[in-house]
Amino acid sequence: MNKIFERSLYPYIRHPDQDKSEATHHTIAIIGAGPVGLAAAIDLTLRGIPVVIIDDNDKVSFGSRAICFAKRTLEICDRLGIGDQLVDKGIQWNLGKVFFNQRKVYEFNLLAEEGHQRPAFINLQQYYVEVYLFERLTTLKNKGGPVDIRGKTRVNKIHQNGKKVHLSLQTPEGSYQISADWVIACDGANSPSRQMLGQDFIGRVFEDNFLIADVTMEADFPTERWFWFDPPFNKGQSALLHKQPENVWRVDLQLGRDVDREEERKPENVIPRLKAMLGEDIIFELEWVSIYTFQCRRMERFLHNRVIFAGDSAHQVSPFGARGANSGIQDVDNLCWKLAEIVNGNAPEFFLESYNTERVYAADENIINSTRSTDFITPKSDVSRLFRDAVLELSADHAFARPLVNSGRLSVPSFYPASTYFSYDVEVLPSISRPGAACPDAIFDNGSFLLKNLGFDFTILAINVEEFFKTLETGPSIKFLSIKVTGNQNKSVKDRFLGDQSSAIYLIRPDQHIAGRWLKFDRQVITKAIDAALGR
Amino acid sequence: MSDLNLTPNFTNADDFYEYLLNAHEGLSKSDSDALNARLIILLANHIGDLDALKQAVDLAK
Ligand SMILES: Cc1cc2nc3c(=O)[nH]c(=O)nc-3n(C[C@H](O)[C@H](O)[C@H](O)COP(=O)(O)OP(=O)(O)OC[C@H]3O[C@@H](n4cnc5c(N)ncnc54)[C@H](O)[C@@H]3O)c2cc1C
Repeated sequence: MNKIFERSLYPYIRHPDQDKSEATHHTIAIIGAGPVGLAAAIDLTLRGIPVVIIDDNDKVSFGSRAICFAKRTLEICDRLGIGDQLVDKGIQWNLGKVFFNQRKVYEFNLLAEEGHQRPAFINLQQYYVEVYLFERLTTLKNKGGPVDIRGKTRVNKIHQNGKKVHLSLQTPEGSYQISADWVIACDGANSPSRQMLGQDFIGRVFEDNFLIADVTMEADFPTERWFWFDPPFNKGQSALLHKQPENVWRVDLQLGRDVDREEERKPENVIPRLKAMLGEDIIFELEWVSIYTFQCRRMERFLHNRVIFAGDSAHQVSPFGARGANSGIQDVDNLCWKLAEIVNGNAPEFFLESYNTERVYAADENIINSTRSTDFITPKSDVSRLFRDAVLELSADHAFARPLVNSGRLSVPSFYPASTYFSYDVEVLPSISRPGAACPDAIFDNGSFLLKNLGFDFTILAINVEEFFKTLETGPSIKFLSIKVTGNQNKSVKDRFLGDQSSAIYLIRPDQHIAGRWLKFDRQVITKAIDAALGR
Repeated sequence: MSDLNLTPNFTNADDFYEYLLNAHEGLSKSDSDALNARLIILLANHIGDLDALKQAVDLAK
């Protein structure tokens, strides 16, 4: 019982709600304490919105699923208060190598430009991410945060009635009812909530089986992502090797279509496969082995009256590209400030529709990228394999073919599409920071980073603009951040936000996406843009 | 004589690749081969220049 994923983190405790004759009403209930539900609970607690988070388990995710966490996730986690912990514990990597048979055919380097606090990616076991999220939530609770975690409690009925959602909860000591103004369903890919609401989950199902193993070993493979097409140790299939902290290595081995999953999972079959890959004399221990097939699919809508779907319950992708948990955390980032503004009366309820529009758009981007990678890795026909192998063959000697090699297109945030929530663009400013973009980071000459200086709510970033913006008569709260840029001063701010213009004003949402930008200060225009960003 | 362009030149490699394979979806082997042959001839006409085409043929061998 010393493994982190075997420990009970939030054991069942009888709650006073269970002894009341009437269902207790709550503002927000979150179903599922995976990475997405936990992140949502933290975000809402930090915003002072009361939440109850319910999970049918009391532990972190069993074994390791996600390992690659993207820069945007780290930036969001900075806002939630665990960014440093993730980066300190995680392993940074920049180099990815792709092999075809015995030959290296392609190599990519994720090394970002200067002036970003966070690296492009870290590798860290999902259970650590969940533990840190859970501990953060507990700290907030202990400081008086309005949050309540209910372990070993299963939601087994959802019923919507007017402006209330009624939940039936099953515990080891029987069942009880609660109700809530809003419910966030973060109950994973097999989402019982989705089924209870009778919603479909449609998309592509891939037939190939993958053996996913985490092994502990002392090995001197570098901290790089190694991906093989058709390697000698796994003929006709693919393989991946990627390092995690504490000498744990992730191994993915494609097994093909018709395999006996029970047989393949047995150590006597797994170990020879791993030895063939890692070397006969390598000593390793199996931490966790599983056999997966992958899907790329989503719900048609993520918003069903007052039940909101986020993370794997709303959309599911194959792991090539690390777009699962990373996009779920971005769902939370997009959703929680909006819910808070609605609960606080600063935005109308229909504003939540923007969550649906923006995150469905992002899910489609993630699905198309993950689908293409999976198609490239597991060619579905002879002709697909013919072209795939031709691309790999050519890419060994020719740079032109390398953009076609697809072993995963790694998670990056979406630029949300133009809508009434974003103000018209001023196109002479740099495209990277256009409305809809996740605000790029930048470094100030004093060494501090832009994203760390943004407000928890809205921010107005004023570059070479003197005028002072007083807060609005009615919420939300706005932080005013004024920066000077001349010559080579604050160069990354100039490059990313000013280009060849002399001044600019940016309106940045609480999720750090850019809502609007202008060359000059105009109080009326900005006030209107804030209203638009809140759906008012 | 013009040189065959061997620097990356796709505006969107992933879009192209998907489009190409979708065109083959559901075709028999001989229909797929015929599609490929027509495609090569079309692209060759677009390139036009004999030197470039010869270099491409030699490289692909
Ligand atoms: C092999 C593999 C590799 C992956 N690699 C990556 C990667 O590198 N990067 C990445 O970003 N993502 C990756 N993913 C995806 C990632 O694991 C998921 O996207 C992520 O776990 C989704 O989190 P979630 O909180 O939405 O759902 P989950 O983690 O599935 O959590 C759902 C929670 O809901 C609870 N629950 C379910 N039903 C109920 C109920 N009725 N009542 C109460 N509680 C309930 C469950 O107990 C669980 O705790 C990978 C996945 C796999 C399988």
